Amino acid sequence: MKRIWKKLGIILSLLLVAIGLAGCGNKAVNKSNVYQHVKKTNTIIWGVRNDTPLFGLVDPKTGTLRGFEIDLAKALTKEILGPTGKCKLFQASAKTKIPVLKNGNIDVLLATCTITPDRAKVVDFSKPYFGAGQSLLVPKTSSLHSIKQLNKPGTKVLAVKGTTAIANIQKVAPKAKLLEYDDYGQCFSALKSGQGVAMSTDNGILAGIAANNPQYHVVGGSFTTEPYGIAVDKGQHQMRDEINKAFAKLKANGTYDRLLKKWFADVPGFNYKEVEK
Amino acid sequence: MQNWINAYSATNLRFLLQGLWVTIEVSIISILLSFIIGLILGTLRYVKIKYLSKIVGVIVDVIRNLPLLLIIFFTYFGLPGMGIRVNPMIAAITALVVFESAMLAEIVRAGIAAVPDGQMEGARSNGMSYAQALFHVVLPQALTMMIPALLSQFVSLVKDTSLATIIVLPELLYHAQIIYSQDPNFIIPMYAMIAVMYFILCFCLSRLAKYLQTRLANVF
Amino acid sequence: MWQLFTQNWQAFLTGFWHTILSSIIALIFSFILGSGFAILETNPNKFWRGVAKVYVEIFRNIPLLVVTMFFYLVLPKVLPAMSGFTAGTIGLTLYTSAFIAETVRSGLQSVGTGQMEGCLANGLSYWQAMKNVILPQALKITIPPLGNQFVNLIKNSSVLAFVAGMDLMYQGDVIASNTFQTIPTYIIVGIFYLILTLPLSYYMQYLEKKLA
Repeated sequence: MKRIWKKLGIILSLLLVAIGLAGCGNKAVNKSNVYQHVKKTNTIIWGVRNDTPLFGLVDPKTGTLRGFEIDLAKALTKEILGPTGKCKLFQASAKTKIPVLKNGNIDVLLATCTITPDRAKVVDFSKPYFGAGQSLLVPKTSSLHSIKQLNKPGTKVLAVKGTTAIANIQKVAPKAKLLEYDDYGQCFSALKSGQGVAMSTDNGILAGIAANNPQYHVVGGSFTTEPYGIAVDKGQHQMRDEINKAFAKLKANGTYDRLLKKWFADVPGFNYKEVEK
Repeated sequence: MQNWINAYSATNLRFLLQGLWVTIEVSIISILLSFIIGLILGTLRYVKIKYLSKIVGVIVDVIRNLPLLLIIFFTYFGLPGMGIRVNPMIAAITALVVFESAMLAEIVRAGIAAVPDGQMEGARSNGMSYAQALFHVVLPQALTMMIPALLSQFVSLVKDTSLATIIVLPELLYHAQIIYSQDPNFIIPMYAMIAVMYFILCFCLSRLAKYLQTRLANVF
Repeated sequence: MWQLFTQNWQAFLTGFWHTILSSIIALIFSFILGSGFAILETNPNKFWRGVAKVYVEIFRNIPLLVVTMFFYLVLPKVLPAMSGFTAGTIGLTLYTSAFIAETVRSGLQSVGTGQMEGCLANGLSYWQAMKNVILPQALKITIPPLGNQFVNLIKNSSVLAFVAGMDLMYQGDVIASNTFQTIPTYIIVGIFYLILTLPLSYYMQYLEKKLA
């Protein structure tokens, strides 16, 4: 028995030393200029969504990604690096998207990422490229029509880990109970199986789900504004400025409008003019 | 019923099989690497080299007492911080190898310890060196005894690859999730199908284990 | 890192509590269920042996995550909705019980058929012999491997995070995505797991040596 305590003591002290070292070593992450790096390699690694209809979703037929943000990433790459520029797509979930940008695994994040003051502390955002707003998805049989109705103890609302929906619900309906999932598929399945009364996230994403599932609809209007921005790691100003410049060009030559129309014009109950930036 | 028929379309099944192939690939690479590393670490713990064996012991104990999910996060989020850019494949294989090597090291250590001391003493008194006795007498016996435990650990490894969906590794479970992201009505058919696929894969591996066990028992 | 802990200690402790709770509930029920199936597996009746065998093989060869997701997403279609915690704990129980059944079965078989025959010859019934003679001996042999199963069970309870099960891993995910301090958060989560698993697995090593 005594030996067990001794062993545990040794491990505990080793762990404390390791944590101390990790704490000091945290700042040593490679912070070279991302813009120079992508220029040199002629490749931009974009972090994109893979489970979000209309924005970024894997197509089982071809195994490739399709969506508004995928097309936008490709167009921006051509603007920034010229016609020979390569666009590499890295799939990130809502939960992992900011960590993989922070730790340098990807160069730029274009993944339904709302510009918030909290996030702006850790990453740098471009100008907004999509003006989403948060809404609710409920079954058509449900009597819910407003976010206010959720503010009751015991009401379960479903959301995805790492999204702004969580903080917003806590603000508008503090009494509701939140359940958080890893992706929109799981979250919607949970709604279907009755784990909660409503699923909440940005209207564009909800509209994409409702388009495939006519028994469900989006209600409550948009009770917040959620401007999406393209994110780079903190301090990568040159990369951010290049993205803004390229984005302005895409707007001027009509590419941006064309892409918005391509993906959002046919979605029922969704006016794509409202989200235009 | 219509859902089930639509869910098992040729494209979806092909997409699932692609995922199954990634699962198999990751499993084979991880099994080979972790077996080698686990064998080395387990032997190191047994032979008691001053300090080295103690340090290996502590590291192995810490790793095998952590959830694999946590180790996957550490490799996926942590390795890039050390200047290594990872894709989910590398992160998943690294995590599986680190975790399973620790689990296997413990099995190897226990296996060697279970060989009676008399074997080592007998070999030494017949003029063998310590290393000769270890590699020619003790280890072969220990390995035969370990086979059931080793193989059930390998089956666990195959099942554990499913945890790597969380870092977007395109394996079987993840491909199923992609399919039901297109149409959430497919969720039950998809889970039913991948359960069957995992079962066949792991069951074949367990059968192979049983077969090898009886064959080897006859050899020694 | 200390600051991260002091700012979020309630969430970490809630998670720690749910991990402990789910592990203990799953341990108790999987032990009962597992022993039951182990006895069935050694039963002379071929039918019951077959039933037990199928149960054990199914749960041993399907990933825990798939089992848990099944209970969480599929079962509510027939039964009223269950929370992630309940679904996760049920998944964990059934999965672990298959492993416990295997452990207990090999314990039972190592006791040897001679003892059972002796008991029957001395006028004890099958169940009396099982309860008073065979099981106590078998359990003594199986305590260290059962302990290791419990350590695995605690580690496996981290899949509750996938189904919003309020456990340690889930709370870690939530904290990490709110504070953006990914690695420090998971280090704290790791320490909490070690607090549970390390002493237990060392105690099992100690018992193994003592009983051997």
